[in-house]
Amino acid sequence: MRRVAIIGGGHTKFMFNSPQSGIEMLAEASMDAITKSNLKPKDIQAIYCGNVLGDFSEGQGMIQSYLADDIGCFNVPASRFEGACASATMAIRDAFMWVASGHYDIVLAGGTEKATAMGTSLATRTFAMFSDGRYEYPSGINFPGIFAMLAHLYSSKYNIPLKKLKETLALVSVQSHFYGMKNPHAQFQKEITVEQVLRGFTVSSPLQLLDCCPFSDGAAALVLASEDVAKKLTDKPIYFAGVGQASSGKMSAQYKYLPRLRAREVSVKQAYDMAGLEPKDIDVCELHDCFSIASLIAAESLGFADFGKAGELWEKGETKIGGKIPINISGGLKSKGHPIGATGASQVYDIVRQLRGDLVDEGRQVEGAKVGLVDTLGGDGVIVNLILKAD
Amino acid sequence: MAFKIEYKLSHKAYYDALKKGKLLGLKCKDCATVTCPPKMTCQECTGTNLDITELSGKGKIATFTTSYVAPLGREVEAPYTIVLVELEEGPWIMGNLIDIDPAKVGMELIGRKVKFGFKVFPGDLYSAGEGVRPLFSFAD
Ligand SMILES: [Zn+2]
Repeated sequence: MRRVAIIGGGHTKFMFNSPQSGIEMLAEASMDAITKSNLKPKDIQAIYCGNVLGDFSEGQGMIQSYLADDIGCFNVPASRFEGACASATMAIRDAFMWVASGHYDIVLAGGTEKATAMGTSLATRTFAMFSDGRYEYPSGINFPGIFAMLAHLYSSKYNIPLKKLKETLALVSVQSHFYGMKNPHAQFQKEITVEQVLRGFTVSSPLQLLDCCPFSDGAAALVLASEDVAKKLTDKPIYFAGVGQASSGKMSAQYKYLPRLRAREVSVKQAYDMAGLEPKDIDVCELHDCFSIASLIAAESLGFADFGKAGELWEKGETKIGGKIPINISGGLKSKGHPIGATGASQVYDIVRQLRGDLVDEGRQVEGAKVGLVDTLGGDGVIVNLILKAD
Repeated sequence: MAFKIEYKLSHKAYYDALKKGKLLGLKCKDCATVTCPPKMTCQECTGTNLDITELSGKGKIATFTTSYVAPLGREVEAPYTIVLVELEEGPWIMGNLIDIDPAKVGMELIGRKVKFGFKVFPGDLYSAGEGVRPLFSFAD
């Protein structure tokens, strides 16, 4: 396989009630990525994009084809990926494979979502589609409910009193808002306090409002190129060092591992093995913090802490810039926002900027970061991990 | 001779049994693991040498949540308590917990013994018909 690099990216502001359509948002992010890569739409050979709920939010399926046409990539093969919140990361992994294989030299990958147009009730219904519809939805399971149950299980399994766990989880949200405040693309640009988190209304016990990411609209896109092409177009190519992806069944069927998500351990091992790297080699990480507890669960499976111990990372500030493993310096899904079809592309976009050293002006640069890890979770069953590296 | 692949226990057959108060699962003839809710293959060894078995419907609460937000069409149900129950035969299944005030549940629920009942979910625009949910109540 050939080496593949990301050579440019684009990112809309994440927000509530975007005036733009899902295609418009992704078209802007895409053209930004193409332009920053010193390319024209006609140079793009294929498109890979994530979009989850356009069918429900805008009555728009098959956005990939209309996107291609909208930005002037006439008649290129364009594919849509659906893996719930991991959709765009899936798209990027496949885009990588097609370039690594030698089939294409330059491709576009990204994702878009216009979730807030659905309103809270329909959004809650459609997000619940990423749990088992036959055997678990009849019980009224929903997106926060999954992680709420994992939070209680985490407390019970690792003997952490719930009150103590809740205080630790609040620190996760507080840190996300601290960095989100510095990210111009973030949906929420305000600091919050532990007291505010613990005062919020309960969404699904024990998770309160500020333990939860918001519904969001937004898009992000990246241009991928083979190493030889990349070197002609940019002096700061960011390479794929390792990729991984795994799936799992309905939540109840994962009982042997919960609150661990076994698929993540399978996926990230693929990425580490391919890269020849270990958790200690990662300089900066964007992980899937759809809910505060999800950050702890993810950090452990990614190898940054022992099981039941990840809370200490946040308590000791090890997840901040200057800490042992800076996590979600973008503000994460919690503060930056979570337009589900775009989230993975947004995570990659931020890691690429970290590895290029582009975030000094925003006050979010992890100094000297050379290796970054992306972790995206879809529903209770899809995980994608990417390890990116600066030369 | 034609060979037909079919589910030993389809969701329809599982639902029909639930509505009669019977909780069915699949017992693997090779490794003895019980799979519930049903799947095409054994949860443990992926084999298809499976027998339909009736489960006791008894178990203990592994985890829970009380949800204060509800999906479209189910707003009147909130707040409601969802539980994952570890059945005596091994597998975990999801259901609702009744006979309690959903607003007052806490960590003491974990480990409580429960027994199985059922309630029909009439379905919505997206569910392709009705569903049946396990409804647990305290057994101790
Ligand atoms: Zn078996």
